[in-house]
Amino acid sequence: MGTSVFYVVAALSIFFSLMVIFSKNPVHSVLYLIVTFFTFTVHYILLNAQFLAVVNFIVYMGAIMVLFLFVLMLLNLNKDNEPSKSNLIKVVGIIAGCCLVVTLVGSLKATAISNPLILKNPDLGLVKNLGKELFGPFMLPFELSSILLLTAMVGAVLLTKKEKV
Amino acid sequence: MDISFVIEKFILVAIIFGISLLIAMYSTYAERKVAAFLQDRLGPDRAGPFGILQPLADGVKMFMKEEIVPANSSKWLFMVGPGLAMLTACIGTAVIPWGSAMTIGGKVIPLQVTDINVGILYIFGVVSLGVYGVMIGGWASNNKYSLLSAIRAASQNISYEIAMGLSIIALLLVTGTMSLKEITEQQHGWHWNVLYQPLGFLIFMVCSFAETNRAPFDLPECETELIGGYHTEYSSMKLGFYLFAEYINMFVSSAVMATLYFGGYNYPGMDFMAQLLGPTWAPLFGTAVFFAKIFAFIFFFMWVRWTIPRFRYDQLMHLGWKVLIPLAIANIIITGIVIAFLEKF
Repeated sequence: MGTSVFYVVAALSIFFSLMVIFSKNPVHSVLYLIVTFFTFTVHYILLNAQFLAVVNFIVYMGAIMVLFLFVLMLLNLNKDNEPSKSNLIKVVGIIAGCCLVVTLVGSLKATAISNPLILKNPDLGLVKNLGKELFGPFMLPFELSSILLLTAMVGAVLLTKKEKV
Repeated sequence: MDISFVIEKFILVAIIFGISLLIAMYSTYAERKVAAFLQDRLGPDRAGPFGILQPLADGVKMFMKEEIVPANSSKWLFMVGPGLAMLTACIGTAVIPWGSAMTIGGKVIPLQVTDINVGILYIFGVVSLGVYGVMIGGWASNNKYSLLSAIRAASQNISYEIAMGLSIIALLLVTGTMSLKEITEQQHGWHWNVLYQPLGFLIFMVCSFAETNRAPFDLPECETELIGGYHTEYSSMKLGFYLFAEYINMFVSSAVMATLYFGGYNYPGMDFMAQLLGPTWAPLFGTAVFFAKIFAFIFFFMWVRWTIPRFRYDQLMHLGWKVLIPLAIANIIITGIVIAFLEKF
């Protein structure tokens, strides 16, 4: 049953991510992106990673996407005031897209050789086990990444503050 | 997964859904009666004895009204908005333990739909999704007041979510588990979490007022500035859904507060009652106690609404970012130090 559910959800993920690109209205794009993130949450649940699933749900769907939507609504973009794109940008876009395709094809070829990773402990994604892993063997990288996030936050606050002369 | 399990859960879900709708319905009546009481009026008293049929009459009125979809609005999203508000309001009840396991004819039935081990985070996730109904509806209306309201709702929701999450972290330090069932079981008798986390409870409660858009935090529907806010353009049952979702949200957050901080279905002297009533009726009595706590919270929500005036927007942001978040962080630090101290000695 797990595999068939996976294929259905994976097809939905791809469909909605395509809709993100193809929809003309930026607000519709963000809404499709929210649905895409929801399908990712389902993927995490299928992998028995409950904590990751619910954190993806809260952080991406509940917080980051609300901010995206907030900014788009504040700008209130629509077709009339959107600047027309020059040909140069289109050419650059095509080149960048081709580079991405080459990279993706190359990495997909490499996966054919590698063996799928099988977890020793299938319950690794549960909160208790994940916490023990993060605060045990992976203590240093975990704390370092939290400092990285804090730095970004301090930087953002600093940028918004006007200098007092 | 056998068929009796599916039937059992289905019945439980149907009952909880029905009860949420019923309570939301009579919350509208209770709100008007409480408002009348606080303002020394009578309140609705025409439909039925004491106006008890008023919610039904209101429901019929909502269904019968003409439905208007504004021109140049996004039709599909205009419809999705209220539906989403209703959906996110209802799914929160799935992880709340309504009572201890009940024994009927030798069969043990847990009075909880599902006990996932990230229960608190699930509730938190549902709360954070709640704003989408307001945002989508407000944007799809193609009205500048609705749009302003949607933007307000988004920033308010995000701001108070942080303080709410931090107050939950302090609670998790005390309980050591995220499963709502285990948290309730730990509060056996009178060992309620509010005794260990009074400040955390206060922060959580203020944030739930903000997350449910209740006064004094109902800035998204501030009539003096924004007409009706996000539901300015809505009419008929779509408007009804928005209003209804607010009352369901109020019910769910009251249930969450009662579960996390006020012992859920636990009450002093429950062991004595368990012996007296037996394994079938004692859990039901516990559930009744739980509902009494929920009703007390709902009354408190209404009491505050008719007592405290609405904040100004800058005051709202000031309270959220400069008062509640530092307080919540201080609460985490103090809780951590006390727990470390107690473990040492």
